[in-house]
Amino acid sequence: MTAQALIHVPKKAKRGEVIEIRTMISHVMETGFRRSQSGEPIPRNIIANFACTYNGVEIFRAELFPAMTANPFLIFRTVAVESGTLAFKWTGDNGFAAEQSVKIEVG
Amino acid sequence: MAQTKKPFEGRGWTRRGVLGAGLAAIPAGAALTLIVRPAEATPETMKDAIKKVVGDAEIRKGRVKLDLPPLSENGNSVACAVTVESPMSAADHVKAIHLFNEKNPQPNVISVHLGPRAGKARIDTRIRLSDTQTVTAIAQMSDGSFWSASANVIVTLGACLEDNPT
Repeated sequence: MTAQALIHVPKKAKRGEVIEIRTMISHVMETGFRRSQSGEPIPRNIIANFACTYNGVEIFRAELFPAMTANPFLIFRTVAVESGTLAFKWTGDNGFAAEQSVKIEVG
Repeated sequence: MAQTKKPFEGRGWTRRGVLGAGLAAIPAGAALTLIVRPAEATPETMKDAIKKVVGDAEIRKGRVKLDLPPLSENGNSVACAVTVESPMSAADHVKAIHLFNEKNPQPNVISVHLGPRAGKARIDTRIRLSDTQTVTAIAQMSDGSFWSASANVIVTLGACLEDNPT
């Protein structure tokens, strides 16, 4: 399954600056509490975990529940410490996994 | 051909009577659908979920700011921001922020884990709310203390209702 992720991180930042990281990924986030037209329960299918690493060090982690909207959207912050890579990973039901990374230049 | 009676004659079947009987049957049907629906979270289940995170520690009001619209037209997407007052230093920072609701089928919304490298203890996200209810944010500090804030949201169209013919 391919999921499209949108990530917004400033390309350049000053050392020590707090930068804003915006993430959104396409996903139905089926709650597992709904029923189909024929009355069958629709099984849960959500992204349950999200993590962000900065040059390999985890800086942010989240556990998501069905009360998150479809296409989960999350903004968080980090201190720009050094140039490198911010890597994002989403995992969830039915073996869902998506990874993406962006480069940042810190001067 | 001894009997030429009309089907309902003489049995008290009137138009009014039939309609009345139909109306009387509705509460029975409603009761059945209530049993089929999944159990909703209640303020009690929210308390239990909070207890699982907090344990026996005291939860104090303050230091946390929960930004939610007072009124939301669409419960499927409610913008939500949690800001915690903290220097975010190695010695004093926010370790986690948890978000809970009262009336969705499940009390948890999201739990995030952060640290001094966050620089600023704030998250923005979008959540689903099934009904008008109180949302609670709890922040866990590095010194082990817990702080909270709550906000009430009036939801005009709840999440879960669309495409859900129950």
